[in-house]
Amino acid sequence: MDAGPGQTALGYDVAHFLGGASLVLSFALLYQARVASLPKLYAMQGILLALAAFWQGQIRHAPELYVTGVITLAAKGIIIPIALHRIVQRLAIQRSIETALGVFPSMVLGIGLVALAILAVTPAAPGAKVLTRENLALALSVVLLGLLMMITRRTALTQVVGFLSMENGLILAAIGVAGMPLVVELSVAILVLVAFVVFGVFFFRIRERFDSLDLRFLEQMDEAEH
Amino acid sequence: MPALVVIVPFAAALLLTAIPSWRAGARINTGASMLCFLFACALPARVGEASRLFLVDAQAAHFALLTAFIAMTTAWFSGAYIQVELAVRRLDRRRLRLYHTLYQAFLGSMLLALLSNNTGITWVALEGAVIASVLIVALPRSAEAVRAAWRFFIIGGVGIALAFFGTIVLYLAALPALGPGMLAMTWSELFSAGRECDRAVLNLAFVFLLIGYGTKAALAPLHGWMPDAHAEGPTPVSAVLAGSALNVALFIILRLRRVIAGNPSAIDPGPPIMALGLISILIAVASLWSRRDVKRFFAYSSIEQSGVAAFAFGLGGPAATFAGLLHLTLHTLTKASVFQCVGRAAQLKGGQKFADIAGLIPASPALGLSLAAGIIALAALPPFGLFTSEFLIASASVRAAPLLAIPLMIGLVTGGWAVMARLQNLCLGVATPNKGPGPKPVALLPIWVQLALVLLLGLAMPAPIADWFARAAG
Repeated sequence: MDAGPGQTALGYDVAHFLGGASLVLSFALLYQARVASLPKLYAMQGILLALAAFWQGQIRHAPELYVTGVITLAAKGIIIPIALHRIVQRLAIQRSIETALGVFPSMVLGIGLVALAILAVTPAAPGAKVLTRENLALALSVVLLGLLMMITRRTALTQVVGFLSMENGLILAAIGVAGMPLVVELSVAILVLVAFVVFGVFFFRIRERFDSLDLRFLEQMDEAEH
Repeated sequence: MPALVVIVPFAAALLLTAIPSWRAGARINTGASMLCFLFACALPARVGEASRLFLVDAQAAHFALLTAFIAMTTAWFSGAYIQVELAVRRLDRRRLRLYHTLYQAFLGSMLLALLSNNTGITWVALEGAVIASVLIVALPRSAEAVRAAWRFFIIGGVGIALAFFGTIVLYLAALPALGPGMLAMTWSELFSAGRECDRAVLNLAFVFLLIGYGTKAALAPLHGWMPDAHAEGPTPVSAVLAGSALNVALFIILRLRRVIAGNPSAIDPGPPIMALGLISILIAVASLWSRRDVKRFFAYSSIEQSGVAAFAFGLGGPAATFAGLLHLTLHTLTKASVFQCVGRAAQLKGGQKFADIAGLIPASPALGLSLAAGIIALAALPPFGLFTSEFLIASASVRAAPLLAIPLMIGLVTGGWAVMARLQNLCLGVATPNKGPGPKPVALLPIWVQLALVLLLGLAMPAPIADWFARAAG
């Protein structure tokens, strides 16, 4: 595979900067103690993601990534954060975040997951280009941190934000892979899933504690109810 | 032809959004499912056809035919079922319109996932199936239904997201072999390109796709959504048709196994699949004993059987794959019958707890006997076909992985025992009072057709069918 005219040092640096900044925001989402800040942090991550899509479109001469960028900016930079903000206000969700795990252990776990992501992706050195590989490691880190947030934060809203941020990692992965077809279509398809999740919170007024991934608790609930 | 099989349900779904009358909706639903099945009947003759969009291999044709068949018998069953639901106001007319639309959309998504030749489209189709089934589970709008739907959505969403990541990584793995573009997302190309795929990236893709699609196949550790989802939605879709969705996910895992196995230096896909299968069997069997809700009980049994099939696919080789395919097919037919009986029994007795449903045979002999036959088949007792398939899987395991055969057999025997232990009370015990209408015998006809097939495949499998399974097993 050719390096392409845009794959310069600057091209790398900016792409890495945007990916790395998304990862930093994932950490910020993970340690955030106030519910009201979650929509803002998510919006910032969405905007960074849109910029990453524009930048990848620019250095790779892939105009379809601009479409992904515009959709991402509109949906994740503006519409979904506003919806989340309204959910916080309307459903009178408690202000502080209930955690299953303190800030320090979850940060340590988070750093461990990033190390795991790098270790999992790096052996792929000969096959993939450097940019692709490092981008994939960053994207996988964002995905895993989103998953960690879903497991360790116990309100419905924080789980939803964890899911949304995990999905940001998926888009980051998709736009970083050279010449991947159907990127626009797939990113729209996963946006539909995201829209349903946000809509679901609204529609069903889900505000109580909800431990979906905590299997031990699920078993107890089953015992209690059935 | 594969295009028609997929288009019919989606077109019917569109049409159904515009039909306000639920009676007309139910008729269109049945008609479209029959038409879809008729088209699917032509698929076995088309095996080997691969275009950019569709790939009809023997396994895809088999599962598409099975899914369309179950959709047809279930649509037939659903007509009488929803009349009762309407009468007790668990569903209203407006929701029935949505119900029929989602029925066809769910069916269309599953068929698209089975027949698609593109890894991306397979993923989108499965995502569509998840969304459609979540909406169906939430349809009764009761607090339990909404909670079940939400849990399904969050866990299913995580699974779908992991599968998405896996799909991207699989493309990345195929880049060195097939170059950038559509080819690297084409299943039929991936089968032969496995050798030149990047080994490490391929391993990464396998892990994510296995966990991701394993969620939809209700394999441990992400199986927790299933008992609730099966229990709370309207039975014909949330339990019966959703059973076919397990097959779709297992089918994709089987395809994935073929791609990974093409590269000898990559991870051996067998042991991880076997491990997930075995853990699912043991967790489900342990959970069977303490259930109080009939539908949840049989949902755990589905997790067990899905694990059994996954175990067989993990073992690999023609004999185990043959047994796994046979097992999935028979289980789908049996479980569809059982859930259809349980759905009607819950309507008859006004509740779905074991405490509500007892002594069915005295109360409604046709329904009680059908359920008893279904339970005996599910416990894998002869003369029904699941005995044959479980025997084949166990003996394949003794040959290939004798140590694993011990927990497998403990799981199979305990699972069958747990199911039989419920037979006594459900069908024979002291009858609980009836609170709703019982089914007319004609409404039970689809159940008898399905059980007759299970019996036939257990007693004497006709040679062409055995050949067909052998061909699908490769």
